[in-house]
This record gives sequence, structure tokens and C-alpha cells, in this order.
Amino acid sequence: METAVKANVLIDARGSFCPGPLMELIRGIRQAALGETIEVWSTDQGSRKDIPFWVQKAGHELIGMFEGPDYARFVVRKRR
Amino acid sequence: MPNRLSMVVFSGTVDRLYPAAIMASGAVAMGMDVDIFLTFYGLDAFRKGQPSTNTKMDVNYAELAPMLAQLMREKNVPSWYEMLRIAKEMGKVRVHACAMTLDLMGLKKDDLDPIIDDVVGVGEFVSQAKEGEITLFL
Repeated sequence: METAVKANVLIDARGSFCPGPLMELIRGIRQAALGETIEVWSTDQGSRKDIPFWVQKAGHELIGMFEGPDYARFVVRKRR
Repeated sequence: MPNRLSMVVFSGTVDRLYPAAIMASGAVAMGMDVDIFLTFYGLDAFRKGQPSTNTKMDVNYAELAPMLAQLMREKNVPSWYEMLRIAKEMGKVRVHACAMTLDLMGLKKDDLDPIIDDVVGVGEFVSQAKEGEITLFL
């Protein structure tokens, strides 16, 4: 899975169950600086809905969601 | 109107403490406050030392308990207590002990796990829950 997006921070949450990857993303966003990007890897089925929903609700930007055969990758920019 | 999830946790079995912790996590993730009211067996599960040693499961599913415990170890699932602790670290989660149960069991707040914020009566909890949108009984 190659993409042009290069995130500032990578969170490998594979193997973590719902709502683990979302919680790790929230923690990562809190620690990040404004404008930084965070990439989360997740094998949890719930993440595919929960992460984009949270990102929109929390006012950040979902730069991309990349589905792979084994896990999904989400790239998020901290906006506030 | 406060954006709040309230839960009455009556059961002290691990299989019910998990949904309480997971719901609390989901709620704080979505920016909600959480109020948990521990009563009867739910409060018993929060006596000092209990959260780390309690392995009780619903008797109807007792035969599944060893298998589930094994799967959770293999897959590194955090304990319900750890999930609740993280939810509390991330948002506003208040854990209340039921005053009546405490009196009945002859316990003091000091006998309870430190994750518990305070001891409240049912009236106080119900009036708080009334202001929120969701109240669950577990």
C-alpha cells in the first residue's frame, strides 16, 4: 500500500479492538501540533466508520482513508 | 442541555463491566460526559483489589468464560478497568458509588478502588441523569 501522503506521526493500532484505534488517534491528535498529520493503522472494523465520523465531528481533516487487504490506514490533519 | 451518557452498573461480572467501559470510551471520544453509578454487584466489583482479580462471568455463559479469558490474553485486549481508566484520562468520566449499597455492606469510601470519585444517593444520580440524553442499565 503506497501513497504519496507522508504523515508526521504513525500510530500502529493493528490488533487493537474497537474503540482502541480511535482512542489512540484522539490521544495522538492531542499531543500533535496544529497542522501536523497523523496516520493510524487499524484492523478494527469499527474504525472505518468511527474514525471519519470523529474526525469530522472534532473539526479535523481526513486527508485519506486507504483500505488494504489486511488493515486500513487513515491520515488525519490536526486543524484546531 | 448537557451532552451526557449515564449508566447504572448493577452487575459485577466481567462480561458486563466491559460494555460499561467501552460505552464510556465511545462517549468521551464523541465529546460526551459520562456518569457511572455503581450499585450492588457493580459496586462490589470496585472494592479495593477486586478490579484486578475479578474473573466472574454471567452464569449462563460460565462454560465460555475460560475460552474468552484465553482469547483476550492471546489478543492482548486491555482489561475493562484499563479501558475505563483511559476513558477517564481522556474525558470527563465520573464514577459514583451508591450510598445505600455502601451502608448495606458496611463499607467506607476508603474500602473502594481510587477510580471512584464520590459516594452519592440515588436522588442525586437520577437528577443528574435526567439532564442527559442517554441512560443505560447494565
